[in-house]
Amino acid sequence: MAERYELKQKEVWDGNMAAAHALRQAQVDVVAAYPITPSTPIVQNYAQFLADGYVDGEFIMVESEHSAMSACVGAAAAGGRVATATSSQGYALMVEVLYQASGMRLPIVMTVVNRALASPLNIHGDHSDLYLGRDAGWIHIIANNPQEAYDLTLCAFRIGEDERVRLPVTTNQDGFLVSHTAQVVEPLQDEEAYKFIGEYKALNPMLDTKNPVTYGAQTEEEWHFEHKANQHKALMESFPVIEEVFNEFEKVSGRKYNVVETYKLDDADIALVLMGSAYETAMLAVDKAREEGIKVGLLMPRVFRPFPYNEVAEKLKNVKAIAALDRSAPMGTTGALYNEVAGALAAKGQSAIMTNYIYGLGGRDTTVEHILEVIRETEKNAKAGKRVTDLQGFINLRGPKLSFN
Amino acid sequence: MKKITNLKEFACTPDRFQGGHRLCPGCAHSMIVREVVNATDDDLVISTATGCLEVCSAIYPYTSWDVSWIHVGFENAAAAISGAEAMYKALSRKDKLYNEDRRVKFVAFGGDGGTYDIGFQSLSGAVERGHDFLYVCLDNENYANTGGQRSSATPIGAHTSTSPRGRVSYGEKQKKKDITMIMAAHGAPYVATAVPSTKHWKDLATKAAKAISTVGPTFINALSPCTTEWKFKPEETTEIADLAVETCVFPLYEIEDGRKLRITYRPKDKLPVEEYLSKQGRFSHLFKPENKWIIEEWQKQVDDYWDYLQRREEAGV
Repeated sequence: MAERYELKQKEVWDGNMAAAHALRQAQVDVVAAYPITPSTPIVQNYAQFLADGYVDGEFIMVESEHSAMSACVGAAAAGGRVATATSSQGYALMVEVLYQASGMRLPIVMTVVNRALASPLNIHGDHSDLYLGRDAGWIHIIANNPQEAYDLTLCAFRIGEDERVRLPVTTNQDGFLVSHTAQVVEPLQDEEAYKFIGEYKALNPMLDTKNPVTYGAQTEEEWHFEHKANQHKALMESFPVIEEVFNEFEKVSGRKYNVVETYKLDDADIALVLMGSAYETAMLAVDKAREEGIKVGLLMPRVFRPFPYNEVAEKLKNVKAIAALDRSAPMGTTGALYNEVAGALAAKGQSAIMTNYIYGLGGRDTTVEHILEVIRETEKNAKAGKRVTDLQGFINLRGPKLSFN
Repeated sequence: MKKITNLKEFACTPDRFQGGHRLCPGCAHSMIVREVVNATDDDLVISTATGCLEVCSAIYPYTSWDVSWIHVGFENAAAAISGAEAMYKALSRKDKLYNEDRRVKFVAFGGDGGTYDIGFQSLSGAVERGHDFLYVCLDNENYANTGGQRSSATPIGAHTSTSPRGRVSYGEKQKKKDITMIMAAHGAPYVATAVPSTKHWKDLATKAAKAISTVGPTFINALSPCTTEWKFKPEETTEIADLAVETCVFPLYEIEDGRKLRITYRPKDKLPVEEYLSKQGRFSHLFKPENKWIIEEWQKQVDDYWDYLQRREEAGV
């Protein structure tokens, strides 16, 4: 039996420590992981918890991220709670197995610390890894600060393991800006946290050897489509469960999460859509802009997959202009968040003027002033009743101005 | 450890790998697999790398496996089984096992592609970490599942679809990688070679039983003569395996703790390698006069290696 960890009502944790404590409190049966900046401290912290008797599950330090996720799949199919952590190149190396984890409907939890993808090599935060995994069939949840990284990792177990869902889940936090920035975090006590997550409920465990099961069969043209469609169905129908878990979490913590988060959007004429730590920077920018008389609000899909397109469209139905901010190189098109929001609006026949901004790649600073500039440009579009600014702009990029139309 | 006495009794063990799979007639994989899974009375959890065995044994909605089985990918059979084994340890410690009265053993199968090549890293990692499992390489010396491409297990001179014989080529240029010794060098408590054969069935079954009952990572490299890509008649599979042993092309031995080598079968009259090569279409071009030197080279290498094994055994290292 693992030792109880005495926690203060308020702890000072960075995002990595917050995620590590959430894994510890979930009493994960198997953690298989490989260290990579900036998520390394998650596995280091976890290793220390193990060394000090606070963890009684297995902890396997494998020889690559590919094997980390492969061991997670083997462990989860064997029948127990499984988790890991990664970033960037490690995430990229895992991608093949991410699809296998979701295809086998294994509720693995992965705490991702988002980081740029090489080349050029860069260890700092952006959303390239998150975007790389967006079609992998996982639920992707976004945390903007250490408290959220902790809270949402606890929620992730309960969401993924729910019998109506049975899908793997990532929780995402920005590299360094969240993972290495210590803030006050109010944790649940161990027993409260475990009670909230609940006992792991096995479904077709390989270790129930009296009832042998086959995992990872081959399906060709007769059955593959049905399997993938069912997997998609599970994702699309997971919203009520996610909301239910968020509501339950509010009861034990007092902190309320929503599938779509908004800030001062109710009376807004224009909106910015973005995710991650920059959302908090944008909140400050919104406050300043409102002092200038610009009625601006924010929207963030807390859950990036499945994408809450109906709710996004509903919440944006009264704004005249929208700027979608993507923290990943769009590589030949508009950013993914722009595309998702534009698709959501089009499905409802809404026609707000939309623009796209690329920001923060490889950890480039994005300040309140930068966001204010975006707000002012977006307001120009709203006032003109048509797009008068560039379709795609770049925030805080050095060199001559870059834009696309 | 299961006591293996006679073939009749062994063959009557209830099948854990059922017929109806889609392996080629005469494929050695199914013979090896049946021997391995029947070599223990404990329950089994098995992982299998992408390859002939995998694609032929679990095509939805059918399965040949009457044990818990998982296929994840080509390169990660060892990593996947290490995760399952870790879960068994964790649930044992937490007193949460599903069947407390049953002991579970873990086995991974991979072809030579999934073992020597793309899966080597995950195999090396899982063995180094000391997981309690048996890894069996079904070594048919090529990527048979995808049409017979060369692997690092393909021997010199063999024709494959990516090392073809041609106007200016005699086929594969590299020597076969010595995977068994590499695994022994990991310090694994038990590694061995084996063949599917009527003559040596007990050698394989006993090694499998020993490996499964050994605590820690164990490895068996089983030569799997491939009727389709080696080009011999389906009914000749065990004969080819026997010739591999009698010519010392594929000697039968075992190594404990990476040190103690023991030869488990010693041919009375070692046959020349031509006896083995001439039975297989993949080597037919070696019998042209201009390629005679390759057969001579083969014989020299086989003799050297056999000599090396005997000296190691004598020296007790």
